[in-house]
Amino acid sequence: MSLQIKPILVALRRHKAGTVLIALQIALTLAIVCNALFIIHQRLSNLSQASGVDEANVFVIRNQWAVDKTTPQVDAQVKADLLALRQLPSVRDAAPASGYPLQGGGWDNYVTMTPDQAEPTTDAAVYTGDEHLLDTLGSRLVAGRNFRADEVVPQGAQETIIPPVVIVSKALADRLFPDGSALGKSFYAMGATPSTIIGIVDVLHRQGTDQGSNIYAGQVLIWPLRAADARGLFYIVRAKPGQLAAAMREAPKALYAQNRKRIIAPRDGIQDYAQVRHSAFDSDRGMAILMGVICVVLLAITAAGIVGLTSFWVGQRRKQIGVRRALGATRGDILSYFLTENLLIGVGGVAVGSLLALSINLWMVSEFAMARISMLYVATGVIVLLLLGQGAVLAPAMRAARVSPVEATRSV
Amino acid sequence: MFSYYLQLGWRSLRHNPLLTALMVMAIAFGVAASMITYSVFRAVSGNPIPDKSTVLFTPQIDSWGPQQNLQGEPPEALNYVDAMALMQAHAAKRQTMLYQVQMSVMPGGERDLPLAANGYAIGSDFFPMFEVPFEYGSGWSGQDDDARAGVVVISATLNQKLFGGADSVGRTVSLNGNDYRVVGVTGHWNPKPRFFDLFSTQGFEDASDFYMPFTRALDLKMRTGGRNSCRGKLAFTTWESYLQSNCVWITPWVELDSAADVARYRRFLQNYAADQQHAGRFAWASNVRLRDVMQWLDYEHVVPAESRISLMVALGFFVICLVNTIGLLLAKFLRRAGEISVRRALGATRREIYTQYLIEAGTVGLAGGVLGLVFTALGVSGVGVLFPPQIAKLAQLDVSLVGLTLLVAILATVLAAFYPAWRAAHVQPAWQLKSN
Repeated sequence: MSLQIKPILVALRRHKAGTVLIALQIALTLAIVCNALFIIHQRLSNLSQASGVDEANVFVIRNQWAVDKTTPQVDAQVKADLLALRQLPSVRDAAPASGYPLQGGGWDNYVTMTPDQAEPTTDAAVYTGDEHLLDTLGSRLVAGRNFRADEVVPQGAQETIIPPVVIVSKALADRLFPDGSALGKSFYAMGATPSTIIGIVDVLHRQGTDQGSNIYAGQVLIWPLRAADARGLFYIVRAKPGQLAAAMREAPKALYAQNRKRIIAPRDGIQDYAQVRHSAFDSDRGMAILMGVICVVLLAITAAGIVGLTSFWVGQRRKQIGVRRALGATRGDILSYFLTENLLIGVGGVAVGSLLALSINLWMVSEFAMARISMLYVATGVIVLLLLGQGAVLAPAMRAARVSPVEATRSV
Repeated sequence: MFSYYLQLGWRSLRHNPLLTALMVMAIAFGVAASMITYSVFRAVSGNPIPDKSTVLFTPQIDSWGPQQNLQGEPPEALNYVDAMALMQAHAAKRQTMLYQVQMSVMPGGERDLPLAANGYAIGSDFFPMFEVPFEYGSGWSGQDDDARAGVVVISATLNQKLFGGADSVGRTVSLNGNDYRVVGVTGHWNPKPRFFDLFSTQGFEDASDFYMPFTRALDLKMRTGGRNSCRGKLAFTTWESYLQSNCVWITPWVELDSAADVARYRRFLQNYAADQQHAGRFAWASNVRLRDVMQWLDYEHVVPAESRISLMVALGFFVICLVNTIGLLLAKFLRRAGEISVRRALGATRREIYTQYLIEAGTVGLAGGVLGLVFTALGVSGVGVLFPPQIAKLAQLDVSLVGLTLLVAILATVLAAFYPAWRAAHVQPAWQLKSN
């Protein structure tokens, strides 16, 4: 093999254009495929983010009030609604909420350790609910206790209430108190008074799924507040196992039986978690599919291009091949000649392509706040493209190997 | 001559179907991927109000200070106190404050279930400033603003639901149980992106159902149905204390016709912020912005990252397809070196060879374009996979996109053929003829 490299290089110099074109195509393909694979991986890992919710059984009702009411009036209605929902035979539990995991958008408060701290320690998604919220979500307490009914107070529209107690996610507890001593400690979340941590839950996703709110991913606080907003609220409902469909049918009927002056949008007023998850990660899934399709088509086109150009070279050099065969070269020699030639071009291509891949990634890091690409992707891309090149060149190379020595004597 | 070359081109393409198919497919895939992603990009990055985008401005005032603002940038909306100050100063020819409100309407009186209606609380200048088309009636007057009148402008869609599409000017609509007099019905109007409310929306929401006076909404203590963003310690418990808080929720817009007006308004904003500092309300130097429509769209990153990334990737894909085409055309043309030599020996000039092969490439491009059009049509109907429905439906295969697809395919292929055709034209006839 090694003895052939020099004559190959000499031959390639006579086919500069074709060589450069194949190398360029390999380089560009590598650059795009690496970054596409990286995007696919990132997006797919978004798709598998845990919500912390018992997704198989939980659904959400967006309830809007149709007439203006005072906070006490709204609160009385919310309490009656919840009682009605919890009494449904198919329902395990229900809770009032101002938002829910994977909802999109969000409510977050800055968190500080002292009331006068200028620079916030961190940021946290804020959920509100009553003593039924954890059971309704299917959220697991890893330490401490749930809210007691007497700790829950109603919260009107844009009314600031900083409750004295709070339940936090493990991620927030660890962020604020890395030594694991969070239970019983307190912090400030944009209020003049502190909230003391009485419970820690396992995992709970924030409302949003966007890049911007990723900085406080997993950091969640829950306050014992019953939403009594004159505009509306969410009812989170957990059905008994296997009775989701029945519960989703019965729940709005039960609410309208309570009071008809409300709006539950027919189109998207009630969503189970499959729908919530679907719309939250729509664009991630779409991006992964698009990048996947582009990768496959790109590799196919590059392979086809290599087959096309190599076939042309083989056709052009039939006479030379014949001469070499006549002078004693074996079929294996001819085959390895073309394979080595392709490998040389491929190595040149992937060298340029790797640099290109890294610079595209750097550009995307600065433009779209994307993560740095791992060298593993570049290495994978390099191997895939070199193998692809060898595979593509195999058929024309075998045709070349079959050229008979007689060709050397023809038409000269 | 052109048609003869075209004929030759066709014959040559048919002569080598596999290579031709390969080139056509590559061009088709490349151009389709680019056009599909471009159709979305075009829709989301367009100018929503082309004839006025340079005279409409949204003022921003830093009411949060350097420690709490958005990394040096003022908040994206105004708090109540600053909004009122700008409104009363009336330093622009036209101006409006606005915020989202959510209400309910009863389409069939008490019998039916209520419907949700989403709208805006706005000033009367909103309609002429943003060129809102009217089906019936018009907007309300400045006097109505001052009188906090119970008037409303409804959308054509809501008018259809409530009044069957009839002229409803002068009729009464009940929103959240309060009566409003209809003064106008808008035509179908939903600028995309919704430049005037990027604080509360992503820019591509469904059309609004109604517009009501800002002053009236405040009288009724109507909470914003959109976003609300606050800093520091929150202590408000009543509507009045909420209004005095640092929470921002009101979007201001002004219309300024000349560069002098813009400069004057900018000065006014700076002076206002400086006055607040002197009065002790702000503990920091004046920090204001005055962005026009396109600057505002850019600052708010209206174009989704998905759209830009997919367009970039698709263009890269197209470039690779073209490189591929250059290689294949080179192989195809040079394989016919003998034929070229005969033609040259018989007196064809290099220029003629050149033209012939460029035209041949053009036919490849045309075929690729037509196939690409099919792929584009399929892809445009399938962009819902990648984008949320409100953005996906913006992508449409219209006449301009069809034309662009064909044009790009042909131009790109001819461009790709320059080098291979040049090589073909420089084939040495003597060399070729000798060895045969």
